[in-house]
Amino acid sequence: MNVELDEADRRLVQGTQAGLPLVTRPYHQLGEQLGLPAEEVMLRLQRMLESGAIRRIGAVPNHYAIGYTANGMSVWDVPDERVDELGARIGALDFVTHCYHRPRRLPEWPYNLFAMAHGSSRAEVLGKVEQIAALLGDDCRAYDVLFSTQILKKTGLRIGG
Amino acid sequence: MPEPGAAPVIDGLDQAIIDCLQGDFPICERPYAAAAGALGIEEAELLARLQRMLDTRVLTRFGPMFQVERMGGAFVLVAMRVPDEDWDRVLAIVNGFPEVAHNYRRESEKSCDFNMWFVLATETPDGIDEALKRIEAASRLPVYAFPKIKEYFVEMKLQVRR
Repeated sequence: MNVELDEADRRLVQGTQAGLPLVTRPYHQLGEQLGLPAEEVMLRLQRMLESGAIRRIGAVPNHYAIGYTANGMSVWDVPDERVDELGARIGALDFVTHCYHRPRRLPEWPYNLFAMAHGSSRAEVLGKVEQIAALLGDDCRAYDVLFSTQILKKTGLRIGG
Repeated sequence: MPEPGAAPVIDGLDQAIIDCLQGDFPICERPYAAAAGALGIEEAELLARLQRMLDTRVLTRFGPMFQVERMGGAFVLVAMRVPDEDWDRVLAIVNGFPEVAHNYRRESEKSCDFNMWFVLATETPDGIDEALKRIEAASRLPVYAFPKIKEYFVEMKLQVRR
């Protein structure tokens, strides 16, 4: 699954971690900063997009600023042998932004399926959680919703260095 | 750092920019001109609005979103149960680790007391275990790692709410 990145790719990753330059020819500016021809910058970015090293290029909004003030991490205890099928179905719901199978931490933490839902209010998010509960039916043995109440740190990721 | 409730004002064009540019930004000589053309505005206007939205933190970033795991790095969701009276001490310790990329306070709808949730990001998978041990030792509280066993869906694109 890993993608081999060479030294020039790593420089490109480091050079764009803070973002793409807001100038008319951003890839040319990056090339000048990194000592690479602009054509090569563009080819390498395209290749990293295709390999999945870059998920996408674009705007990352602050959820609160665009109206999503409620962010609920719903967590579910479902049978392990059913988790893949159920996870795929929940992940396909249009309001779920992330859906993962994660390990339980018994006895404190019985949940093995995580689905993140965003909305303008807790009531809206709880309505979505009810839709998930309805979809899971008897496969849901227990669940909870953890709402974020404060951003304690958000530095973004830092790779290379 | 934006907190719930602090929402800068954005207009309809800002909204269209955010909704259109959450992916598929072109890779070409003048990508902002190409994107602006698709939105029916001038390149200079798009650049100015992106800059303003970054300055006012409507946008947290503009650029490539990397998938750390695909590049050999590692990522893990971690939770702690921090008693209120110990909150400030533990928060300072956890946030002091450069490997902690995001950290959120969460409260349960039920009675679950896992209240501090953060993401560790390291250059190698071994770095995760080391960071977990160091956080546990420094905070003197158990840390619970929730590595993903399987990803069913990730698509963090949200349309602007008005």
